[in-house]
Amino acid sequence: MTNPGWVSLLSGGIPACNRKRTVSKAPPLLQIKNLRRLMIGPVSFDIAAGDCLCISGPSGSGKSQLLRSIADLDPHEGELWLAGESCEAIAPEKWRTAVGLLPPESHWWLPHVKDHFHDGLPVPLEHIGFSAAILEQPVIRLSSGEKQRLALMRLLSNRPRVLLLDEPTANLDPENVRLVEAVIREYHVAGVTAVIWVSHDREQIARVANRHLEVVAGRLQERDPAAVS
Amino acid sequence: MITLSLADLAIAALLVLLLGLVTLRFHAAITRLLLIAAVRTAIQLALVGLVLKALFANVHLAWVTLMALFMLLIAGREVMLRQERRFNGWRGFAVGTFSMFLSSFTVTVFALIVILGDSPWYTPQYAIPLLGMLLGNTMNGVAIAMDRLTNTAWEQRAVIEARLLLGERWDNAIADIRQQAIHSGMIPIINGMATAGVVSLPGMMTGQILAGAAPVEAVKYQILIMFLIAVGTGLGTLAAVIAGSRRLFDERQRLCLDRLRSK
Repeated sequence: MTNPGWVSLLSGGIPACNRKRTVSKAPPLLQIKNLRRLMIGPVSFDIAAGDCLCISGPSGSGKSQLLRSIADLDPHEGELWLAGESCEAIAPEKWRTAVGLLPPESHWWLPHVKDHFHDGLPVPLEHIGFSAAILEQPVIRLSSGEKQRLALMRLLSNRPRVLLLDEPTANLDPENVRLVEAVIREYHVAGVTAVIWVSHDREQIARVANRHLEVVAGRLQERDPAAVS
Repeated sequence: MITLSLADLAIAALLVLLLGLVTLRFHAAITRLLLIAAVRTAIQLALVGLVLKALFANVHLAWVTLMALFMLLIAGREVMLRQERRFNGWRGFAVGTFSMFLSSFTVTVFALIVILGDSPWYTPQYAIPLLGMLLGNTMNGVAIAMDRLTNTAWEQRAVIEARLLLGERWDNAIADIRQQAIHSGMIPIINGMATAGVVSLPGMMTGQILAGAAPVEAVKYQILIMFLIAVGTGLGTLAAVIAGSRRLFDERQRLCLDRLRSK
């Protein structure tokens, strides 16, 4: 299986609008240098706008901790850079808005769905299988699958520049897996964004990723994203 | 005023003993607690009576301050012990104690100087009972509010982190929990003011009336005390909740529940 066109179109680098007139290259969208957290690290990698990087590894290998550290939600050693700006130089709430993490389980704290959303979605709700009426629903009536899909839309409404997805399609039926993958793709190709996607489904990795790293004993090893077995 | 003899107190003590005998049959553990608490009441109050007697005879700011600090430290310890999850290290004691110091002491000194205006302002007959009533109530408010804050943050850590992940600031992500904590700390005194005189006759006023004071004078003191307690409890609760919730997050606004330890 080969990479789908939507990734290869963009994986070549920074879109024209971001290119500088000087010869110096623009910094990668996200740089991770010597990141270390519990059993993970030190790991270093760059990710460019347009990249969709999948991370796999056995459960308990620290994939979630890696994502939480990149979102600066857990204390960690090492450096994080977003478009040439150090994480420490950016207010934490701004960093987490720009580097948005979708945790495996969604949480809702206000009575209605719409209370959790900012105005204006980058991708229409219909594309993930809802009508606008869902916003009027009380959260308590949603199924766990509905919550999971809406949590993605809630995160996208922040318009993050880097999406960190922690098994976003676990516990979804095949039809909804397809919808979620399509919505992430739609958001990804529309803007100057990058995606880091934790998944253990090799077929999914082959469908969505242009890069694949596997967690082995706390380090990251490059894998072929298209290899299905 | 009818003075009480030791025999009068012994009769009341006998009633407590009788209660202890009855509870023994149903719940032996509570009998033990009841009797220990009763003995503590008798000893502690007898001692404080002697201390107050000495204090009244030797009016000096240093003695009053010493007594006040002693009361504060005991209250601070009590607040700490009542926490199911308290902060690690010295903060487990300091957050509550400092909040009580800030509120009870300022309100007491203010009332002594501006409202009562006795000379000297630290006359122990006014200063110590006033501080005692304020500390006792503030202690309850601070202890309840901090317990609620840390426990709820612990239970709802996933929600707090979800809000942080969506780009909320720490004070926003914990705003609801802060409100609940402030509410539970302040609601007892608010309810107390709302039902004062209608359902309950407050203890201080009852005491003054029993001691022969004119009811209207006793009522005026009680209103003053209720207001002071409300201000002291409110300020103490706010200070503890603000300091405590700040301490739950680090400089990168991450939720740090490892700063708490459970009992």
